[in-house]
Amino acid sequence: MKTESKLEKVLKAGHLAVTGECGPPRGAKPEEVIAKSKHLEGIVDAINVTDNQTAMVRMSSLAASVLIKQQGLNPLLQVTSRDRNRLAMQADIIGAYSLGIDNMLCLSGDHTKFGDHPSAMNVHDIDSIQMIQMVKDMRDKGIFQGGAELKGAPKMFIGAAANPFADPFELRVMRLEKKIEAGADFIQTQCIFNVDKFATWMEGVCKRGLHKRCYILAGVTPIKSLGAAKYMANRVPGMDVPKEIVERMASVPKEKQAEEGVTICVETIEKLKQIEGVAGFHIMAIEWEEIVKEICERAGLLPRPQV
Amino acid sequence: MITAERKPLEELIEYIKPYKRILLLGCNECVTVCAAGGRKEVGLLASGLQMAMLKNGKNIEIQQHTLERQCDPEYVEELVQMIDGADAVMSMACGCGVQQVAMRYKDKPVFPAVNTKFMGASERQGVWAERCQGCGNCLLGATGGICPIARCAKQLMNGPCGGSVTGHCEISEDVDCAWQLIWDRLKALGQTERYLEIMPAKDWRPAGGSGPRKIIREDLAE
Amino acid sequence: MENFEPVIVAFCCHYCAYTAADMAGSQRLPYPANVKIIRVPCSGKVDALHIVKAFEKGADGVYVAGCLEGDCHFKNGNERAARRIDFVKKYLEEIGIESERLEMTTMSAGMGHRFAEVATQMTEKIRALGPSPVKAAQAA
Repeated sequence: MKTESKLEKVLKAGHLAVTGECGPPRGAKPEEVIAKSKHLEGIVDAINVTDNQTAMVRMSSLAASVLIKQQGLNPLLQVTSRDRNRLAMQADIIGAYSLGIDNMLCLSGDHTKFGDHPSAMNVHDIDSIQMIQMVKDMRDKGIFQGGAELKGAPKMFIGAAANPFADPFELRVMRLEKKIEAGADFIQTQCIFNVDKFATWMEGVCKRGLHKRCYILAGVTPIKSLGAAKYMANRVPGMDVPKEIVERMASVPKEKQAEEGVTICVETIEKLKQIEGVAGFHIMAIEWEEIVKEICERAGLLPRPQV
Repeated sequence: MITAERKPLEELIEYIKPYKRILLLGCNECVTVCAAGGRKEVGLLASGLQMAMLKNGKNIEIQQHTLERQCDPEYVEELVQMIDGADAVMSMACGCGVQQVAMRYKDKPVFPAVNTKFMGASERQGVWAERCQGCGNCLLGATGGICPIARCAKQLMNGPCGGSVTGHCEISEDVDCAWQLIWDRLKALGQTERYLEIMPAKDWRPAGGSGPRKIIREDLAE
Repeated sequence: MENFEPVIVAFCCHYCAYTAADMAGSQRLPYPANVKIIRVPCSGKVDALHIVKAFEKGADGVYVAGCLEGDCHFKNGNERAARRIDFVKKYLEEIGIESERLEMTTMSAGMGHRFAEVATQMTEKIRALGPSPVKAAQAA
């Protein structure tokens, strides 16, 4: 074991892990964070807390993670390289660990162009792979990125993202390998709707033995409506929502669409379970946290193992 | 070259409003090539300013002059002959040229007529695109000759983000994904395995992180 | 202002509009004397500076007459001229001169009628617009 992380323990014990997601509010509303996280209590092993997602200002992922931790739940701190340089990141990582947070996800982050502060400077002092290296060195070597000794090393369980659906596809397995080489302990993937394409990617992953070197959590999202399906299919860069999914959502009446979305999600999880190398699921039910329980129940992921 | 674009006329008029005799100063180097501040643009702007001011009931004198290289003190010195005849200078050179004139003629107001944009290359006639950010430690040798610092919207040094789609960047269909270009080059060169080399966190000091940069060639410096 | 006679400069391509002007003359087609013709080897030769200078020196209207689409003797000089006219129109607006005072038009060498028609239309349009704002401000 590299850390005390509960998520690591679940994975290490060979269970299919489940993570959820909680987007902090755009204002000082701690009660919203608490309410969202409560929906995930006993349902997931860790809760991703997004970092100014879609480049919109929100309560900091660190503060929201602490609020979640205070509920006795297990936050997974997302950190993007968009908003902070290496000094600020390391300070936050030490701070987070000091407050009991021991999982994190290293991301480059959505470009500011998409958010509500398009005139802001994108920092990108280091990229996500360099961030992984930095956190690993802090943890395993006890040194700062600048090389100085670090007393009280933060023992973070280090995560990274992978998008098997972005281009160039043929490079995506190597990109994962680079992240693992840099020190990623686990991976959470982009939402999977195109299971065939994901399977092709995983074949490449297994061929290079990468699934044995880190835990791969397959990302899934329940689609709430036909509109949401269309939006994800057409407007989100790097998202692959096949025509059949959109058509299936369109084939049911509006009031039944949410239910259909959940069914698709459960079926997707069942299919993903059959794919070699899948170590768990990352369920991104954006602004629909209450549905995660039903998804997990129907997918046979409950109760969560006690480790 | 250093690329530039003329500022809106309205802004330029505001600068020169208090003055009567203006020295409009072009540069024969980069800004000439990117059609922003060469001899021709000086003529166009002089004419435009003249007319705009006349329209506002003010007759100004505009003296036009284009230096061989405004970023070089040797040429800026030429202005000694004409600087007294001007109340203010409006420079159409890049920011370097504007500052050379300001430093040399300390009691003369100097205004920029262009916005200096980036170090770019000509893609085709009339189109210039950013290619270099002058980071001070060129890594093109490792990236197939395509720069991820200047050409990736997130300056990613270890591969494309999840927003790369069919060769273009997530920020715009008009922007190529730098990492798609790098990957294509590595493939063409038969060097795809090079992609696996992790590029460590960049030292930004040579890029300007340690303050204003300077090059001193001892053998040339006087 | 009632007796306003606009000054119009017409940059005419040697291979089409200039010959068309000749044609108009030999066919005894009347067109306004306001139009001052400047012969150019190609409409693509007309620079932004020529146009702006014409306005600065007192023109109330300017037009560039080039060959019909696809007929340029220098391949695409007329297309370039058209793009340049769009560019200068925007600049004129910045200066405070109505962009309608500048136009691009095309014709062939045999179109004497069209030459006379364009000259008349342009003159009428500019007459209606009045003197160029630069000239007007100077006169005031």
